[in-house]
Amino acid sequence: MADGTSIPIGVMAPGRSAARRGSMRRFAQRRSTVGFLLCLPLILLIAGFVIYPAFYAIYLSMLNKKMTTFVGLSNFTFLLKRHTFQLVIFQSCLFAITSVILKALIGFILAHLMHNIPGKTQRIWRGLLLVPWVIPLAMSTLTWWWMFDPSYSAFNWILNQFGIASVPWLGVGWIARFCTITVNVWFGTPFFMIMYLAALKSVPEQLYEAAAIDGAGALQKLFFVTLPMMRNIIAITVLFSLIVTFADFDIVRILTSGGPQDMTHVFATYAFQVGIQSGDIPLGASVSLFMFPILAFAAFFVLRGVTQRTKEIAT
Amino acid sequence: MSATTLEHGRKVAASRKTSLHRQRLWALWGSYIALAVFVVIFLVPPFYTLITSLKSSAEISAQSGSPWLVHHPTLENFWYLITYPNFQTYYLNSVIVTVLVVVVSMTISILAAFSLSRMGFWGSQSLSTGVFLTYLVPPSLLFIPLFQIIGKIGLINNFWCLVILYPTLAVPFCTWIMIGYFSSIPKELDEAALIDGANYLQILWKIFIPVAMPGIIAATIFAFTVSWGAFLYPLAYLYTSHEMVLTVGIISDLIRGDVFQWGKIMAACLLASLPPIVIYAFLMDYYVAGLTAGATKG
Repeated sequence: MADGTSIPIGVMAPGRSAARRGSMRRFAQRRSTVGFLLCLPLILLIAGFVIYPAFYAIYLSMLNKKMTTFVGLSNFTFLLKRHTFQLVIFQSCLFAITSVILKALIGFILAHLMHNIPGKTQRIWRGLLLVPWVIPLAMSTLTWWWMFDPSYSAFNWILNQFGIASVPWLGVGWIARFCTITVNVWFGTPFFMIMYLAALKSVPEQLYEAAAIDGAGALQKLFFVTLPMMRNIIAITVLFSLIVTFADFDIVRILTSGGPQDMTHVFATYAFQVGIQSGDIPLGASVSLFMFPILAFAAFFVLRGVTQRTKEIAT
Repeated sequence: MSATTLEHGRKVAASRKTSLHRQRLWALWGSYIALAVFVVIFLVPPFYTLITSLKSSAEISAQSGSPWLVHHPTLENFWYLITYPNFQTYYLNSVIVTVLVVVVSMTISILAAFSLSRMGFWGSQSLSTGVFLTYLVPPSLLFIPLFQIIGKIGLINNFWCLVILYPTLAVPFCTWIMIGYFSSIPKELDEAALIDGANYLQILWKIFIPVAMPGIIAATIFAFTVSWGAFLYPLAYLYTSHEMVLTVGIISDLIRGDVFQWGKIMAACLLASLPPIVIYAFLMDYYVAGLTAGATKG
């Protein structure tokens, strides 16, 4: 590549300003061409496997089951009228919102506990608490499934020891919903913990000292110092986790496959069942597309939060 | 008189100091105890995986005594899996896919991040924003149209389709982290190199990559995690056992109808979780630093 040579030429001929300007422009032009070329693989990847499929999904969702005729929006209206799909919408929201609130709360508590203890031991505790998040989710969900097993459940054994009757963990709708949420909280809390811990560490100690001098108690410090300082990171983490949880597939698929009586299906698992297993690709595509508005909504606010944050750090 | 008040004051100060000290100590011990409770709860599933993997099928089905203890530990499940040709295939496929995905993703994202953080071109700003938005697209949104597209390319039931598709999940975040790390490198450094006659590839190779090594490690771990643990794409696109990767292989091979060989399944889970656990044990700090920087900085 000869790009680097354009500067020395410009430097060697300082007298002829016109030529220099020309070479500078050529340099800038070449620079941006090289820049574009370096981005080309990324652009091709995103265009080919993200943007094109997104538009293709919209096209697919407007076809009939055999993909021969155009049916407009009737797949969407058909889904909305279907009782199972109404359940799916309710359950996806329940699953995502409950899990994210619990993850955020427990993560916040854990981050505070971690922040209390001295730095050296912190690493070990953090390592132990991050284990759920490190194991591939599909693998740990299998373990949870085994612990919820109807006849060999290890939880039921403990309950029986205390004289409590066995619980049909994955056999009854609301209990199964509770179980999927539990697994998600178990898996996702460590992520919140490390994000919040990083945020806690970035709060300047002087603020707490100033608050203490003004006579603030622990609760007041939490509400008037910690939370305002962490607001941005809390918002980004919650919204980001909302997207991931809302679109979750692994837990529900492995634990219940949507059962009992479709009472745990979420968008992703229902789309898989309709689109891949039953072979109704257009209907499956429309199920997935129902996720889009809420994802776009969350993504908009995440992006706004991140750019705000970048500005704050820059100033 | 003044001496007595002074003494009194000193006493008050001392007692306050010890009470403050005691309070701190209480807070510390309280934190330790609470953390210990959380750690125990969080480690129950991995512990139970380990316990079950050491049991024989007979012991599991006998249901005598506590399921939380092993009475006759045995390594037969592990031995079965290691010598089981299908499991070897899954493991090998997972390793091949992951290595290729990491190499491809890192190449694409380092080149793109170098360009986006240093060489502005028309639309480079909106491209960085677009990259971040792509990071927020979950795999479950597009797997059905991708099923059609992969079918048209002819890669259905072929693990090479994962090598093509996983980078779409890994590259956006890797690029995002790398832009952050590259932007923090002082501009004077590459200007000096340019004047010395280095070309862009040399600048990238000799300055940017060595300086931003922590970021590269973090991004590599992210790409590894994504491609090792992904479940939806292989479940949807692979269906014969010689093409499967670990996550789907374990579930579809070891669970046949209603027969659950839980000992073997748990041993397989443990073997499949081993590479991530080992990698995280050594490189956790880099990853956490990269992750928190990625989400909080730009």
